[in-house]
Amino acid sequence: MSVTDTSPTAKRMRLGAIGDNFDLARLLLEGRAFFALIVIVVVFSFLSPYYFTVGNFLTMATHVAIFGILAVGMLLVILNGGIDLSVGSTLGLSGVVAGFLMQGVTLNAVGVVLFPPVWVVAVLTCALGAFVGLINGVLIARFKVPAFVATLGVMYVARGVALLITNGLTYNNLGGRPDLGNTGFDWLGFNRLLGVPIGVVVLVIVAVIGSLVLTRAPFGRWLYASGGNERAAELSGVPVKFVQVTVYVLSGVCAAITGLILSSQLTSAGPTAGASYELTAIAAVVIGGAALTGGRGNIRGTLLGAFVIGFLSDGLVIIGISSYWQTVFTGAVIVFAVLLNAVQYRRRVKPSGSTDGPSTSQQQDGAARKADPALEKTAG
Amino acid sequence: MTTASHIEPPAADVVLAARNIAKIYGSTHALKGVNFDVRRGKVTALFGENGAGKSTLMKVLSGVITPTSGSIELDGGRVAFNSSTEARDLGISIIHQELSLAPNLSVRDNIFMGRELRTATGVDFAEEARQARALIADLEEEIDPLTLVEDLRLGQQQIVEIARALSVNSRILIMDEPTSALSATEVEVLFRVIRDLTSRGVSIVYISHHLEEALQVTDYAVVLRDGAITATADAKDIDLEWIVRHMVGENFDLGSPPTNYEFGDVALSIEDVSVADPSGSDNALVDHMSLEVRAGEIVCIYGLMGAGRTELLECVAGRVPMTGGRIFIGGEEISRLSIAERIAKGLALVPEDRQRDGLVQTMSVGANLSLASISAFVRGMLLNRSRERELINKSIRNVRIKTEGASPPIGSLSGGNQQKVVIGKVLATGPKVILLDEPNRGIDVGAKAEVIRLLGERAAQGLAVVFSTSEVAECLSIAHRIIVMRRGRISAQFGSNVTKEEIMAASGEAVVGGPSRRAKL
Repeated sequence: MSVTDTSPTAKRMRLGAIGDNFDLARLLLEGRAFFALIVIVVVFSFLSPYYFTVGNFLTMATHVAIFGILAVGMLLVILNGGIDLSVGSTLGLSGVVAGFLMQGVTLNAVGVVLFPPVWVVAVLTCALGAFVGLINGVLIARFKVPAFVATLGVMYVARGVALLITNGLTYNNLGGRPDLGNTGFDWLGFNRLLGVPIGVVVLVIVAVIGSLVLTRAPFGRWLYASGGNERAAELSGVPVKFVQVTVYVLSGVCAAITGLILSSQLTSAGPTAGASYELTAIAAVVIGGAALTGGRGNIRGTLLGAFVIGFLSDGLVIIGISSYWQTVFTGAVIVFAVLLNAVQYRRRVKPSGSTDGPSTSQQQDGAARKADPALEKTAG
Repeated sequence: MTTASHIEPPAADVVLAARNIAKIYGSTHALKGVNFDVRRGKVTALFGENGAGKSTLMKVLSGVITPTSGSIELDGGRVAFNSSTEARDLGISIIHQELSLAPNLSVRDNIFMGRELRTATGVDFAEEARQARALIADLEEEIDPLTLVEDLRLGQQQIVEIARALSVNSRILIMDEPTSALSATEVEVLFRVIRDLTSRGVSIVYISHHLEEALQVTDYAVVLRDGAITATADAKDIDLEWIVRHMVGENFDLGSPPTNYEFGDVALSIEDVSVADPSGSDNALVDHMSLEVRAGEIVCIYGLMGAGRTELLECVAGRVPMTGGRIFIGGEEISRLSIAERIAKGLALVPEDRQRDGLVQTMSVGANLSLASISAFVRGMLLNRSRERELINKSIRNVRIKTEGASPPIGSLSGGNQQKVVIGKVLATGPKVILLDEPNRGIDVGAKAEVIRLLGERAAQGLAVVFSTSEVAECLSIAHRIIVMRRGRISAQFGSNVTKEEIMAASGEAVVGGPSRRAKL
């Protein structure tokens, strides 16, 4: 115990000492996602004449939008110190449910088939995403199921339900019929606003709202506080349970929005859509500098992370690198990003003991007590 | 006084010696040139209040931390160790207050953790078990080496910890508060073990807050205060009063209770409050306690570790569920309210462990300061940042936090200033009653005096202040009334004219084996 207590302190001090003298290193470290993005754009522009074109950037941005919106939801969860593995499945389920609604809902009792207009479909799908998130949140906040396990379970359930609804098939006809008044589903995926794909517009809206909530609304402050130190936040009157449930609900809504956009882009809603997207979203958040322990991270970084991943994988496709290598590259980028996170957060923690002798022992006591709650109870 | 009854032992008797050890943390001198001798085959007890530097000194001696200056001599020769493993290899082991055993492993595995006996094919479990059994038998205990540590009583766990230390042939054993979690019988067993160890030539350093208990077992007494040794004596020649006098010092003045105003109405009223032990034992942590505090009054709750102070304050603040009783703020019942609602009613808690419960380390000084009063500057759906900045700046000024504005990370402040941030945060909510759990733990004397002065000022403006402490000197500072807690109950109440000795006697600090044996004070 004693050995592990001292060595990180010493290391922190060393890193801190280095940091004071190397401002360039620090700049590169803090803005790493941004610099990575620039490097990616420059390198691929050299390698391929098609990369640096407006058309290509718009195409790539549509891809990024999918992961970006998921990642914003994921960021909220990760800021809270949690993880949401169910977003990929929620995305798939949302798409399927949207497709199902587009086919018309047969009410056997009355003997009619209802064809809800597209906006109703969108609202219902988002409500579904919120509901899935609510299940996650209640499991985690109320029943104390570890986030990893709760969302893992929900991930399977949601995927299973999506497969059940379609019996494993895919809805290919999402166009609707003019005489039924439910056309326009492809608007999300294909239309453009002032030349910008709607998906990207939605990403911008989500990001702006997310950014406002995080930096300007009380909820954002609550989220950062309860993610940074839940006990302290609770004692300061922060409704930590409410915050915890809400982030999963919002993450579910983001997944549902993504599901709508994706199925609109693909003009089909398949039950397996979005598989493993949760991992890409987590990767984007991590590359964006958020700490998986909670309390650190922001929208700007997360968006950069999403762009890094999207621009990198599309670039690799454009220059014709095999998809196996793409996987290797993406993985390497993620590992490297986490490595830098570890470096950054370790040096940011100031050795509290350096200013205050007695509190060092106190912290260690606290840590020891935390590690063994049974002991704490008996000791008093 | 520093030289009073200082005795130089013959060099051959000293097995381990600290020479001019100083340890500086930032601006805090935790140890100021300490000379400390551990005598061969004897028990040396180290006394001192919280923050006197006892733990720091022990960590230096056991290699956990390296001193800023000074040297350590083992058997007359200079040694230097950079880790507790190196110290252990030289025969010095420390048993921490919080035991460092893995509860999910067996006694045998804990004793041989990290240095398993190998055979060609793996671990020699049979030989380990045999040695473990022998070690435990030496300590006159009957514990099956295959029992899981979590199934043992705390006293037995302590024995396992000692067995582990002995298994590496420790010649010097440092025990930090070994009895704080033990029952009276377990303490007797431990003392027998200690005497047995010394008769086998093991030297022991013993740290405890239970003064008389320590005095029973020790051969030598050393008193530490503010990082310096104030007295050394043969245990035969001294009594409790001697220890207390050197521990507390004569000239320690933290001010006096603010006067020349009348107390207001009853601000906080606790009626018959109980908190059950979450581990399910029958002894309630807080046992039908009642207390009234008036506006402007400062009440100090004194008690040893485990007396129930923290549980009482956390229960009033709404963190710990109450198992009986009622709580009122200004006549309004708050027993069923959430923490946030209690804050809104004017109740605020400064928790005991500011790192764990008081601060959000990932946020800035300013965000920490405004955290509890966010609702005060919400306009529409968003925060009004200029009003927030105003509030933060006001807090920084009022509580006199030394910081370069609101934006530095909270971790960049000193311990005392961090504590002021926590206090500033709860004061920003405009409380009628403020509860502070050990507000002066782990902060230096200057910051201590400032915190106490701040509380005095606020009380004079009508705030009801309740603070807990385990340092007698703090009770005698600004408190109008001193409540001594013991085993979840109020064991005594005093006015501000009480003496240190009376307080310590009521807390059970100077009593061993139940209230029948009073200290000779």
